[in-house]
Parts: sequence; C-alpha cells; structure tokens
Amino acid sequence: MLGKLTLADIPYDNPIVMGAVGFMVLTGLIIFALITYYGKWTYLWKNWLTSVDHKKIGVMYFVVALVMLLRGFSDAILMRSQQAVALGADQGYLPPEHYDQIFTAHGVIMIFFVAMPFVIGLINIVVPLQIGARDVAFPYLNSVSFWLFVVGVILVNLSLAIGDFAKTGWLAYPPLSEMQYSPDVGVDYYIWSLQISGIGTLLTGINFFATIIKMRAPGMTLMKMPIFSWTALCTNVLIIGAFPVLTVTLALLTLDRYLGMHFFTNALGGDMMMYINLIWIWGHPEVYILVLPVFGVFSEVVATYSKKPLFGYTSMVYATIAITVLSFVVWLHHFFTMGSGANVNAFFGIMTMIIAIPTGVKIFNWLFTMYGGRVEFSTPLLWTLGFMITFSIGGMTGVLLAVPGADFVLHNSLFLIAHFHNVIIGGVVFGSMAGYAYWFPKAFGFTLNERWGKYSFWCWLVGFYLAFMPLYYLGFLGMTRRLDHYDNPAFQPWLILAAFGALIILMGIIFTIVQLVVSIRDRHENQDVTGDPWGGRTLEWSTSSPPPFYNFAEIPVISELDTFHAMKEKGDYPHEPKQYKEIHMPRNTGVGVFVGLFSFIFGFAMTWYIWWMAIAGALGILGCMIWRSFDKDVDYYVPVEEIERIEGEWLEKVHNYQEKNGKTSTDSTTTQTAYVN
Amino acid sequence: MKRTKYSAFVRWLSMASAVLLSGCKAGVLDPKGPIGHDERTLIITAVLLMLVVVIPVIVMTIAFAWKYRASNKKAEYRPNWSHSNKIEVVVWTVPCIIILILGTITWKTTHSLDPFKPLETADNQKPITIEVVALDWKWLFIYPEQHIATVNQVTFPENVPVRFKVTSDTVMNSFFIPQLGSQIYAMAGMQTEVNLLAHETGTFDGMSAHFSGDGFAHMNFKAIATSQSQFNEWVNKVKQAQDPLDQASYDALAKPSEQNPVAYYSSVKPDLFKSIVASYMNSNSDTASVEMQSDSGVTDVR
Repeated sequence: MLGKLTLADIPYDNPIVMGAVGFMVLTGLIIFALITYYGKWTYLWKNWLTSVDHKKIGVMYFVVALVMLLRGFSDAILMRSQQAVALGADQGYLPPEHYDQIFTAHGVIMIFFVAMPFVIGLINIVVPLQIGARDVAFPYLNSVSFWLFVVGVILVNLSLAIGDFAKTGWLAYPPLSEMQYSPDVGVDYYIWSLQISGIGTLLTGINFFATIIKMRAPGMTLMKMPIFSWTALCTNVLIIGAFPVLTVTLALLTLDRYLGMHFFTNALGGDMMMYINLIWIWGHPEVYILVLPVFGVFSEVVATYSKKPLFGYTSMVYATIAITVLSFVVWLHHFFTMGSGANVNAFFGIMTMIIAIPTGVKIFNWLFTMYGGRVEFSTPLLWTLGFMITFSIGGMTGVLLAVPGADFVLHNSLFLIAHFHNVIIGGVVFGSMAGYAYWFPKAFGFTLNERWGKYSFWCWLVGFYLAFMPLYYLGFLGMTRRLDHYDNPAFQPWLILAAFGALIILMGIIFTIVQLVVSIRDRHENQDVTGDPWGGRTLEWSTSSPPPFYNFAEIPVISELDTFHAMKEKGDYPHEPKQYKEIHMPRNTGVGVFVGLFSFIFGFAMTWYIWWMAIAGALGILGCMIWRSFDKDVDYYVPVEEIERIEGEWLEKVHNYQEKNGKTSTDSTTTQTAYVN
Repeated sequence: MKRTKYSAFVRWLSMASAVLLSGCKAGVLDPKGPIGHDERTLIITAVLLMLVVVIPVIVMTIAFAWKYRASNKKAEYRPNWSHSNKIEVVVWTVPCIIILILGTITWKTTHSLDPFKPLETADNQKPITIEVVALDWKWLFIYPEQHIATVNQVTFPENVPVRFKVTSDTVMNSFFIPQLGSQIYAMAGMQTEVNLLAHETGTFDGMSAHFSGDGFAHMNFKAIATSQSQFNEWVNKVKQAQDPLDQASYDALAKPSEQNPVAYYSSVKPDLFKSIVASYMNSNSDTASVEMQSDSGVTDVR
C-alpha cells in the first residue's frame, strides 16, 4: 500500500535530525498560526501564490532561496565543526552515513535551491522591467516553473524527516548511486527533486528566452539592451541547451535504478564514464548559468554607482556570448584524472583557459567603468569590489586547475573545494547580494538599511577568506574532499580556522536578516517615492517602486542604450503619456499551485515506490493541464480609469518630491555634473 | 643556458614558497619524485604567470575605487566616457598573450606528465609493475612479477619506475600518493595506469581521492620507497606470510570492511587482476574468456 515507506523510516533515534525537523515543523506551525491569526490566507493566495506577475514570482524565488540558504548553511556549519574535531582517535559527532548525506545535501541545496533561485529570482524581477515589457511571454508557465521548483525544495527537506537523502556527493556519480551500492531512497529523493525542479528551470529558460527575443520595447535592438538582460538572455540559452541533458541523464539513472537497466552500472556493458561526461555536459554550463547573470548585476551596479555608462558595452556583450559558447566545450576538465589521452586532456584544458580571456576582459571593463567616475560606496558597490578582488583569485585557481598536469595532484582535494567556493561565493553569492540590495527598493518601494548591509558584507568577505584560504592550503597538504575523519594532525589547525571563518559568514547571514527586519521597521523613512533611488540608467528605474502590476502605463520607445538616463537628460521624467490606453494583462491562476501539488505527490510516490499514488499524481498533473487548456478566461483589460488613478498617485508623489528637492535631484550627482562640465 | 637559468629561478621560487608554506610536509608541495617535482614546478609557473594579471587587477580595483570615490572632487569626472579603443586592445591582448603562453605550457606538460606514459631513468631501470585494486574500503596491491600481494601498504624500490595498473572491484575511487604526483581513477571493468617514481626512500601517505561511500575516510594506505636490497628482503618476508591470495580469500577480502590493517599474501592466484577487470566486461563468459586470452589481457580504459 505504501511502497517502501514504513514508520521506521522516520529517524526518531537521531537527535540532530529530529532537532532540525522539530525546528522546521515548529517554524512552519508558527508561520501558519500567524497567517491564520491575521487572516491573511486569502491575501496570500490571491496576491502571491496564484500570482502570474513576474515581480511577485521573482520575490517568491528570493524568499525560498534565503530560507534554503539557512538550511544549506546549517549543513556547512555541521561539516566544518565535524572536520575541526575529527582527528585520529576522535571520530567527531557525525557518523559517515550522516556526514555523507550532509555534504550531498549541502551541495544540492546550495546550487539548485539557493544559487539558482537567487539568479532566476533576479531575472524574474528585473528583466521584463529592463526591456520595457509588461510581463513574461508565458506568465502562467512562469508560475508553473516556480511551483515545480518549490516541489524540489520540499522533497529535499522532506528527506530529512522521512527516510534518507543521497550519500553520493552532489552529482550522484554511479556506480555509487546505483541500486547495488545505494539501495535506500536517498538517491531517489535526489533524482525526483532535481528532475522536477529541473523541468521547472527548463520552462523558465524557454519563457525568458521568448520574452527577451520577442517582447523588448520598440526600438530596443539587441545592442541597445541593458547588459543584465543580455546576460539573462545568454543564461537562458544555456538553460535551454544544458537542462535537457540533465533531464535525460537523471532519466537514464532512473531506468537503471527502477527497471534494472544498465546504462551506468559496473556490469552488463554499463559505463559510469558516460554518466560523468553527461552530467558535466550539463554541469559546466550550469556554472555559467549561475555566474553570467551576476556578471550582469555587477555591470549594472558598477555603472550606476560610478555615475557613468558601462565601459566597453560591446566588448562586454561579445565577452558574454563567447563565454556562453565556450562553456559547452570544457566539460572534460572535471575529470582529467579519468584516464583520457594527453591530446584530449590538453584540448579541454586549453579551451577552459580560453574562457579566462573574455572573463578577464569583463573585469577590466568594470575597472574602467569606475575610472573617471564618481564612485559611491553603497552596499551593492562594496559587494562588487569584493567580487572583483575575490573572483580574480578564484579565476586564477580555476585556470590552474584547468592545467591537467596541475589538476592531477589538486583534483578532488580541498584546493578544488576552495576554488569553486571562491567563484560561487565570491561571484554568485556576492552578486545576488548586490542585486538584492540594488533592486530591493524597486520590488518593495523602500531601500534596505545601509549600515546592516555593510556589516553583512564585511562579515561575508572576511569570513570567506578565513574559511576558504586554509582550504587551498589543505589541498596542497594532500587533504582530499568529503572526509568525515582524518589522521594527519597538520590538517587540524587549518580546519579550525576554516570553521571560525564559517562562523563569521554566519554573522554575515544573521546581519542580512537583521537588515531586512530593520528595513521593514523603518520602511516609511526609507521610502523610494520616485522609483529611482540610485540615479539609475536603465528602464526599470523609470517606473514607480514597486512598479504597478502592468509595469509601464505606456510602453516606452527606445532610442539609445542607457534609455532612462537619456530620458532624464531630456527632462522626460517622470514620463506622462498624453493619453492612457487600456492594458491587456493575464489573470492570476491557481493551476500552477495544483500542478506543483500533484508533482509533489508524484515525486514523493516515485521515491517510495507507491505506484498507485504516483499514477494519481501523474493523472493530476495531466488533469490540470487539460483543465487549463479549456479555461478561456485567462486575460483581461485594465480599464483606463484604474491606470489613471494609479499613475496619477505616483506622478503626484514624484512632482512633490521634485518640488522639494529640485527637478533632477533624484540623481544627486547629475546635478553636480552640470558644474563639473 | 637560458633553460638552466629559468629552472634555477623556478627552483629558487619553489624553495621560497616552501619556506613560506613551511609545515607543508608530506604534501603536493613537498614532492619526492620527478612527476611530483614537475607538477609542483608547473603549479608555481602557472600561478606566477597569472599573477601578472591578477595582481594589477586587485591593485587597480582598490586604486580606482579610492581615487574616483564620490567625495574626491579633485579627481576628473568623465560622465559620458565609456569607450577607448586603446584600452580595449590592451585588455583583450594581455589575457590572450598569457593564455597563449600558458596554453603552450599546458600542451607540453599534459603530454610529458601523461599518467600512462612510461618513465625513463638515466640508467634505464626496468620498471616494476604493481596492480592496484580499489575495494570497499581498502586497497589491494598485487605484484605480478613477485607473485605476492598486500593490503593497504605498497612497497617499491627507490629510483625504479613503478607502473601502477589500477582498477576497482567496487565503485569509483582515485588512486593517489600526493608526494609522488598524479592520481588516476580506479573504475570497475577498466584498467587505468599511472607511472610514478620515488627519488628517495621514505613512507608516503596514499589515499582514495574520490568519494566511495561510508568507509571512504579510512581508505588510506602507506607507500614505502626502500632501497633495492631492502625491497628484495621485504618481498621475501611477504612470501613467508601465512595466507595465499586465492579466489576464496580474495572474495572474503572484497566484502565491504573498514579500517583494514596491513595484510600480506605469500602468493597470488595467477591473473587475478585480469579476472577482476574481466568479471565486469560482460556477463557473457565466452566474451570474457576471449578477452582474457587476447594479448593485452584486459581492455585499457583508452
């Protein structure tokens, strides 16, 4: 009746796991109670959960990512503390079967459920606004994508309470991940959470690709498109190219595990090397899926806070395209030690190094954007400076690892771990935090507290160096990754230092939460009345903060690159259309939520071999799709009166503000510009 | 002449870095063989080459941000400046040149350090072959020429090239002795190879560098380089060991176990290594036996 599932699968006897589960359940109950107490369920359902508004979906991605950051970081703290003590006779407090799940979960969560939603969340919030669109190409699909992603999140977290998670490392290399060596449900949780959320990501990729290609404002040629949208376009191309490979790879592993096939097994002609090639053909582009959009974030931030246009825009675009293409021909550098010939290894090594060229160009372009500027040390700019220094080091160690001769001794060591945390924390996390601080007022209408933001930045920066520089060194000492125990006493002091660094990063995360709380408390003082708190240059700043649900009352016509900056120069801000027209908008729909619900039922049932339930889940998904296809009432027109009311309120606020502060003073430096020139 | 100067420079730098990284005993930066030495030199050369760009970038980041800080009204402000062909040329060319140099070095060293490449010594020493089998969770070393086998300890003479043929009778592992150099994956049904050499006698840490399950952290071994005479003595000692490694004792050994002590086997079933590799080739026994009769015996991973 319930497949493999029995009551014994709940780890009552494990205090650490039960503590974490208890904490999660308790938090869930408190949130549930609060929502019920304040009677916010209808509001939540109507305005958020069923929303097809890209801005709200983006915010929801970000919220889930922040929550999962806490989960993934708890895993990191567990690992760091285990390694700080587990020397010689001391086995530490985590047995291998638990430790192995923790590092697997840490990797999976941080990549798929923290970094990805940070990046996709930013793309959701910003891209349609930047290109002058009213929503994405397929708003309902966007909601489905989000809920499929949430299913992945729930499955991973559920594995903590019911059964086990994979003990294989975050890419579940066979044959270890095959039935013979991993008979429990851990790998099945892994497969279904990634498979379901991966399909969501693929749909997002298609959606945003179509949006950027088809829905740019009139006059916005590709070479007049803001750089963040460019990086988003390239990332979505990568998603469309790479995620089907993940889907197929996981499907083949599923066939091995569920139907006794032999794609990747040891025996009967199975070939684990095929899996390793396939997973990295997805996995390497995945790295650029994460990092390209944050390159875009840094480009926007450095230009805005230097009060200058981005240096070398064209160069930047071609560098981004070069990285996009090259990222598909470097995958083998993840396994130089698998025995390929010298020609193959050398080819992939050199291709990898070539990526350093466009990446280096980008860094120089950011440098020269600051050159001759008026650089304001706001939080987003601090994150950018921290990134430029940290990422240069991470890039260097990356190119070092791309030299096969060096990789032969550094592969799988803590040097490798230090390298990819160097680029993922120094790049993706710093970039997401920069983007968060930069676009937060656009999404919510008030700015984030600068002081706490800066505290958070410094903790992350210092904590990062303390936590990961020792790991580089440990790699040279010959310490390999994924050890729950070691015998070499020379490792220990460095691991204690790394654990200390992790605690400082923890402070950074706590300060981010404090910043959010303080900013919400002070939201009336920190209001962004004009919609342009930073003196922005791109279109998203030309509308109110938060933007009306239709984004733009009148779709702007674009004539140059930094459109909004040009509008301000011409005095066309705030823009007042001569006449409002009704706006065609999509209706909210709960179908996405139900697709998610049935996908969850399907994924959970497949994990536990509850076949009847899996069939029910699959039928449910199909039913939702059929039901939706018969729903004719999917859009409506916003009447002119409503637009006039919304726009009128905003325009009044901006005019009042301008009267008080002078016409152009939303952009204080622009005022000074007049004198300088 | 130039070459010697360069290598003297690198030697000096590696010594300097060794001092900087003092305490780096028994690691990749303290190599005890030619492969490890070359790899350390390669690492140092590549890092220095890249620092040519990385250090200026870091300095410029801090310098530009500080010089052009908003409060510094003395600095020139060029609000519309966003293009310069000169700068564009430099920022594309400099990384290109560095990657060109590094790419050349990479091409050469990837070939010279190819793990499968047999090592040659000045006195044309005949290499010794050791067959390595990764098991859950220990290492089995088979000496086909000496007809002995050991667990979790591998002994070989110094200054003699060692040809490790590597396979797995379980999940993937990676065979790695950091102080001697390159690692190589161990995979069931396949044979990989790594050629290493120890310049001096000593005991070096060896490990699995690829996660392989619950007992992974204890999947360590000692690699011991001895003098030739000590090695011969050692072989004789192992031959006195109680147990031979026949199919039955191998099957018992292959069962998962953790923290195995060092074990010696006085003799080994002939072609045990080949049969371990072949056992995964195909369930069809005919094909397997054909493979075994073929010249090379087992299919190389290549």
